[in-house]
Amino acid sequence: MRRVIIIPQKASFFRKQVIVEIDNLGLKSLGIVVIISIFMGGVVTIQTAFNTDHPLLPIYAVGFATRQSIILEFSPTIISLILAGKVGSRIASEIGSMRVTEQIDALEVMGVNSAGFLIFPKIVAALIINPALVIISMFLGIWGGWLVSAFTDVLPLSHYMSGIMLEFSEYDITYALIKTVVFAFLITSISGYFGFYTKGGALDVGHSSTKAVVFSSIFIIFFNLVLTQILLA
Amino acid sequence: MIKVVDIWKYFDNNAIIKNVTASFEKGKTNLIIGQSGSGKTVLLKCIVGLLEPDNGNVFYDERNFTKMNIADKQIVRKELGMLFQGGALFDSLNIEENVMFPLNMFTKYTKEEKLERVNFCLKRVNLGNINHLYPSELSGGMKKRAAIARAIANNPKYLFCDEPNSGLDPKTAIIIDNLIREITKEYNITTIINTHDMNSVMEIGDNVVFMYSGEVWWKGTREDILHSSNKELNSFVYASELLKKLK
Repeated sequence: MRRVIIIPQKASFFRKQVIVEIDNLGLKSLGIVVIISIFMGGVVTIQTAFNTDHPLLPIYAVGFATRQSIILEFSPTIISLILAGKVGSRIASEIGSMRVTEQIDALEVMGVNSAGFLIFPKIVAALIINPALVIISMFLGIWGGWLVSAFTDVLPLSHYMSGIMLEFSEYDITYALIKTVVFAFLITSISGYFGFYTKGGALDVGHSSTKAVVFSSIFIIFFNLVLTQILLA
Repeated sequence: MIKVVDIWKYFDNNAIIKNVTASFEKGKTNLIIGQSGSGKTVLLKCIVGLLEPDNGNVFYDERNFTKMNIADKQIVRKELGMLFQGGALFDSLNIEENVMFPLNMFTKYTKEEKLERVNFCLKRVNLGNINHLYPSELSGGMKKRAAIARAIANNPKYLFCDEPNSGLDPKTAIIIDNLIREITKEYNITTIINTHDMNSVMEIGDNVVFMYSGEVWWKGTREDILHSSNKELNSFVYASELLKKLK
């Protein structure tokens, strides 16, 4: 890790790489984030409505529960897990391929700190773009619920909107973003590690990619528990 | 000049390189030859610092590379150029960006100066109008030449080539060999080439080190090879029936 998080050898080159990685890791994941968020928002609303159908529970509680589920858990954690699959496998296979085709050796021979050069821009890019993706996911998830309320008879739209605006706490967003930043770091550093230490050939690149996704997901779930305990308890 | 003194390298308690001592002269093409598994690539990796020798020292013009700290090693590495077996061009960059890479990283040239140098290097290796192609769009020989262009872009003092002819047809292999030799003489650099191609040895081998079972078994020039009575060397050189008959 000391070789990764280090002052870049050439700042201008580093800045360019961060921008490229923001595009590769973040903007190219926007499509999947948009689709999943809208549909999950809708599903969460329907599920909550059907499972809280009780005369003692006000109908607007559906909107409230949807908002809390999306902001506190779905957007930061589930989207990060999806990104661990998409971005993590990409990072591990990209760096792993570079390892087995001696491109990393070529960087080392030239005097480039290959670990820092390849992994650090990805970490920085993910720390910048993942929170943005999660914020977009929050809006779209809530909008997905709005669509269900507006175009089905699951619950009246006015009740859904009352629930959405009920007792909103800004800290929930802060909590979600803190989790997102930690998860972004975990995804990129774990995937970078498995890619960087790939040995062998094409088959091993596949193994590294799989390990990167599995370990990133496990660490996300574990840190989700730890951070929730620390930040909300 | 590059000197290696008493180099040992172990993997899992097996000595892969044993007590290797050799000198590689400036302005000459120095060849390390030997059959697959003889330790050539491990030795080359120890010399360029991709592997740490377990014992011994590597000297670049009297500078002890093995004993240097990371910062000093990086200074020496800026003086190295290396041609890898598969070229090791960066897939995500086009040829112009690949050749420009060391210039972007280590020089303060303007964009025009860098482009001029890139075009000069590509022209030097007889590659024209391929600046915007990607490595996947090139043939094996073109990839090797583009990799040579990248290796010489930053005016290296030392050039290393790992199996430069592997996967190439005999004619292209000779072109690559001659190119490496011309560049070595032209810029007076210390070149070390790992090869098991006897054509290369006879074409460009100014100094030859024969490795056998992780040890330096024989040293000499390409002319000396023909008159050597070393049994293992002869067995390697005259491996084919045709060459045996010719001998």
